[in-house]
Amino acid sequence: MTSAVSILPEQQLASLNEAYRMAVRRKRLRTLFATALFGLALALAAIGSEVNLRTLFTYFGNFVSYFDRILTLEDHTRVWTNFSEWFWGWQKWLKLLGETILISYVGTLAGAVLAFGLNFLAAENTSPAPWLRFVVRRALEFARTVPGIVFALIFVIAFGLGPMAGVLAIAIHSTGALGKLFSEIVENVDMKPVEGVRSTGAGWLSCMRFAVLPQVTAGYASYALLRFEINVREASVMGFVGAGGIGQELVVAIRKFYYSDVSAILITIILTVFLIDIGTGWLRARLFGGEARA
Amino acid sequence: MTPLPSEDTAKLRERYPEVFNRPASSRLATPLVIVAALAIFIFGLVDLDFSPSRLIAGVSQLGWISMMMLPPDPGSSLPAYLIALGETLSIALLGTMIAAIAALPVSLLAARNVVPSAIFRFPVRRFLDSIRGVDTLIWALVWINVVGLGPFAGVLAIAIADFGAFGKLFSEAIEAADRKEVEGIRAAGGSKLHEIRFGLLPQVLPVIAGQVLYFIESNTRSATIIGIVGAGGIGLQLAEQIRVLEWQKVSFLILMILVAVAAIDWISSRLRFAIIGRRAVA
Repeated sequence: MTSAVSILPEQQLASLNEAYRMAVRRKRLRTLFATALFGLALALAAIGSEVNLRTLFTYFGNFVSYFDRILTLEDHTRVWTNFSEWFWGWQKWLKLLGETILISYVGTLAGAVLAFGLNFLAAENTSPAPWLRFVVRRALEFARTVPGIVFALIFVIAFGLGPMAGVLAIAIHSTGALGKLFSEIVENVDMKPVEGVRSTGAGWLSCMRFAVLPQVTAGYASYALLRFEINVREASVMGFVGAGGIGQELVVAIRKFYYSDVSAILITIILTVFLIDIGTGWLRARLFGGEARA
Repeated sequence: MTPLPSEDTAKLRERYPEVFNRPASSRLATPLVIVAALAIFIFGLVDLDFSPSRLIAGVSQLGWISMMMLPPDPGSSLPAYLIALGETLSIALLGTMIAAIAALPVSLLAARNVVPSAIFRFPVRRFLDSIRGVDTLIWALVWINVVGLGPFAGVLAIAIADFGAFGKLFSEAIEAADRKEVEGIRAAGGSKLHEIRFGLLPQVLPVIAGQVLYFIESNTRSATIIGIVGAGGIGLQLAEQIRVLEWQKVSFLILMILVAVAAIDWISSRLRFAIIGRRAVA
């Protein structure tokens, strides 16, 4: 079977080709312009952040050898040849690690409860009054945007050094983050049950309790678990500013060049984070099956 | 509301036994979980030295601090703060870009449809995972040891922390790409590199661009805090002013951060829509 390819008349072809070339040229020009602009921004950024390639090249060896050093004991043997020497402080570290997890647990739960109380006020479809929604939303936004560690810095001064400041900082930050996610879930609920409950003459509270809540609890729990996971990481650095947990120990080890301690603490933190990730992932899959995984 | 006649309830009970006679295990599950969660919570409060008197004292102190913060006032150091803010934005932009450029080839190695052998892929993935397990602040401390105090350490910290995240995200984007275009290139006689360049990258690049923009946004937040450990930017100023209790300056700096983050959010979401269209914004 043969088929002939029809060729357009010369003039028509020429004008079409011309239009095609124009389109391609315009697109290329735009891409070139965007790239140039972006390159300029990068160059400015490089000057702004004092990037010095010579420093990097001179000291890059240091970076590599840093890992060599943190994996070496004081008697110049590799760390894994002598576990009891490497993890000499394991009792203290495990206790601090437990404290870290506890900080994130208490902070997440307190934040989730606060977010739970506020989210119905912030959601478009359930908020009792527009002005209230506006106020609650701005408050949540503020709590979310200010980094947790900045809250911790301020709380350390107000509440004194210790894990309490860390818990409160994590709680506030989680309230902001979870409040937004929770209210988005509420905005996606089916409103028919709400109308049904309202038609029986129920007040706002009963509507929330019997119509909205049954639809949203699974999503809430899923997000709260996810937040717990993030907060464990966050809590591991709270100690940098004196707000409790294992971070204090780590920052001392790094600043005072206790090399093998650095690697030991880092490994315990990484392992803990892995375990918590796996644990919460398992729990979420078990609680809500596949569908509710955000 | 009139209650149902009792024979009706009896019928209902008969009809739906699974609703009225749930086994004790399923009825007790929820209260038990709640009690356990509360027990751990209370244990936590006790173990972490919470006490009502400390809480009240702290809150009143906090109230006093908030009063001191008003009105926000930079004093005479506004130029220094603006420079610090520029430094923070530079750190975020540059760190993210370095991470993205370095992560692209590595993510190819971690993607199932590019490197089919699991033996080779597995170590790359675990390597990326362990980089991600370490917080940006910790990386900043390590880099300060290597290149000294200053924003450069911040750039490198963000670059390396994001390298782990990007490697994972990019490789997922590559794995989600359509096979057909790659097979088309192969059918036309293209080499393995041609397949990647003309079959994979055009599908993957818009997704990657969206993710990079999103990270620039979130790194603006990270870059504000790495200054706290001495890696440059506005966080350095913030931590210093908090330590010397200059609350008006602190509140001004926080306001600056909020405005800058909102501005970057706005710009990057605009760019993201322009690049990948409204539908694909994850």
